[in-house]
Amino acid sequence: MVLFGVTGDLSRKKVMPAIYDLANRGLLPAGFSLVGFARRDWADEDFAQIVHDSVRQHSRTEFREEVWRQLAEGFRFVPGDFDDDAAFGNLRRTIEELDESRGTQGNHAFYLAIPPTFFGAVAAQLKEHGLARPEPGQWRRVVVEKPFGHDLASARALNDILGEVFESGSIFRIDHYLGKETVQNILAMRFANNLFEPVWNGNYVDHVQITMAEDVGIGGRAGYYDGVGAARDVIQNHLMQLMALVAMEEPTSFDAESLRVEKLKVLASVVLPKRLDLHTARGQYTAGWAGGEQVIGFCEEEGIGKTSATETYAAVKLGIDTRRWAGVPFYLRTGKRLGRRVTEVAIVFKKAPHQPFSATSTEELGNNAIVIRVQPDEGMTIRFGSKVPGTAMEIRDVNMDFAYGSSFTEASPEAYERLILDVLLGDPPLFPRHEEVELSWQILDPILDHWAKKGRPDAYPSGGWGPTSADAMLARDGRVWRRP
Amino acid sequence: MIELTETNAAGIAAAFVRSRTQAGSPAMGMVMTLVIVVDEDAAHDALRAARLAAREHPARVLAVILGDARGRARVNAQVAIGDDWTGENAMIRLHGEVVKHPESVVLPLLLPDSPVTVWWPTDAPSDPAADPLGALAQRRITDAAAATKSKTKALQTQCASYTKGNTDLAWTRITPWRALLAAALDQQPLKVRRASVTGERISPSADLLAAWLNDRLRVPVDRRNSAGPGITEVVLDTAEGPIRIARTDGRLASFSSPDRPDRPVALRRRDLPDLLAEELRHLDEDDVYQATAKRLLKREQKA
Repeated sequence: MVLFGVTGDLSRKKVMPAIYDLANRGLLPAGFSLVGFARRDWADEDFAQIVHDSVRQHSRTEFREEVWRQLAEGFRFVPGDFDDDAAFGNLRRTIEELDESRGTQGNHAFYLAIPPTFFGAVAAQLKEHGLARPEPGQWRRVVVEKPFGHDLASARALNDILGEVFESGSIFRIDHYLGKETVQNILAMRFANNLFEPVWNGNYVDHVQITMAEDVGIGGRAGYYDGVGAARDVIQNHLMQLMALVAMEEPTSFDAESLRVEKLKVLASVVLPKRLDLHTARGQYTAGWAGGEQVIGFCEEEGIGKTSATETYAAVKLGIDTRRWAGVPFYLRTGKRLGRRVTEVAIVFKKAPHQPFSATSTEELGNNAIVIRVQPDEGMTIRFGSKVPGTAMEIRDVNMDFAYGSSFTEASPEAYERLILDVLLGDPPLFPRHEEVELSWQILDPILDHWAKKGRPDAYPSGGWGPTSADAMLARDGRVWRRP
Repeated sequence: MIELTETNAAGIAAAFVRSRTQAGSPAMGMVMTLVIVVDEDAAHDALRAARLAAREHPARVLAVILGDARGRARVNAQVAIGDDWTGENAMIRLHGEVVKHPESVVLPLLLPDSPVTVWWPTDAPSDPAADPLGALAQRRITDAAAATKSKTKALQTQCASYTKGNTDLAWTRITPWRALLAAALDQQPLKVRRASVTGERISPSADLLAAWLNDRLRVPVDRRNSAGPGITEVVLDTAEGPIRIARTDGRLASFSSPDRPDRPVALRRRDLPDLLAEELRHLDEDDVYQATAKRLLKREQKA
């Protein structure tokens, strides 16, 4: 595997530790080698040291010297710029040497942990130096991270650049959310059980809330975040994918192609509300207290302009025009500096059509709900009414909880581990294809255009649950956001 | 128990998950979050009451101890699960400026989508619903009888700031009295001409009971003083003779009514866990308490 951008956060915090963890679990093929490429004057040993440090700091499994030594034998480093022909010539020789000495047999994955503006340069270089086309019996794969563009046009341009060099089946777009155990469990839960399918439709479901909340601000990501915003950063990819998995019909099999077909059908049936001003909301966090700490507002963050119109909170209402979901709104929301870090999908059911109990008995009874928690403490909660102990008949909501991670294994594989493994195995069911990426942009673009014309987002206090406009947006439909 | 110093809400939340996993059961079966706002001295008793009440209502109990508001903001916490607790509990000590923003620590720790109850075991804010922590809750429990400052006015203050979701343990204390009196009139539907409630001079429960009788029966109700403990006697005066419940020792009452023999009734003064557990059973609006609180204020104005 060739890793571009070894000095970045993503490489050090996620990719390198995940590679080690995979090796430690015995899941990497023998002879797995890692080539780093960056504009640094390093020798192989320096690179190994960087990986070593990041593994020691961020790996999830125990550090074992023997695993490390075996893994580190396959480390190489190639210094150079993305426009440096000599460096790519060097890279080619290094890879060929590895094919010989480590037996990688011409199977190469290129991990582009670099800003998308460089994709073109790198792809062209790989093509020019004959690194992108496999010989028969070999494979070449390229891995890219989000953002996959910033609107439909740019997503298409990006795809063209990569598509010119690599076959579409060998382009892996990493959306680390989709590697989460729970996301896969959505499929298992929906299609392996008989219990949920009968109620998984508009006859019983009132609405669906998909939330990804972060308690942190933008931190050091000002350069990336400003001008991008919450909707592009999160809704376009993570939340749309979650929605597709929750809403899709049963695939004919669990392979990549069948899943993709079903996800595409959902995304293609998405309809936007007519009045975007009433059914979307956006906000920007302001200074305040969050989690017991004093924090600054978005516009005071380093590298952000005082009058930035970038949203840090976004909520949209989407409809899915299919027989299963017609009339069931899907509310997607995401934001930074909210109450706590949580990602979940809540399927909220309609109230029972008739209650044989008195109104006071059921005063405290809400809607039944199935909540799929994606992070943290992955699992599922079912919410239903139960009698409160005592002489009076009072019915109140209670939870039945299932925690995924610790119920099955001590620590389920981290998202990146699974995704890297899937790249090596060439098994892409969880990777969004470019058609999905483009459809998501097609859904989001009108909303982004609408917002762009409307000035600055609403302010919301740090540490809460977003702007009041978001609450008003649900109140218009007679609903409220869950406190996640 | 996990001890955290200089932490934040995320740190406490992580400690909850960690201790759940350690306890062997990562799943949560809790039905509500109970926030206790208390000072260091009263914390022990309050937590004991919460622990016993949690047997009936598995809850995440967050005891918030507000320290000195001067100086650098610090959040320290002790997180524990098990050890005779049905739910989870955290003792959160705040110091420095964060004392003025306790809701920022508590909000991230509320259980998803479940009811929140705030309980002030001793002194309560004069308007609990406007309090930053009180505003997070559906149910706000005060205890006028346990107030340490301006004892005589504590109940009036709470009645004056009554809003949906507020309640006072002084009210919970008289539930058995009310049940007994209501039953007495159910069995013998006599016309009450006048009533009296006798109890300690400072007894919010006696005041509430008098206000309740006044409001329900629409007859004059006298409030008389005795040495206690608590409420010692209630008399409903009818043309056929008095209906009387007298309890001098705080345990056993004697119940007498016209043309019936006197009967002993167990009417023990209730302890805190019992009161709290009862209060947590109801999260909907208490219309009778609302009317009684209103009546109490009217009576005070006249007096």
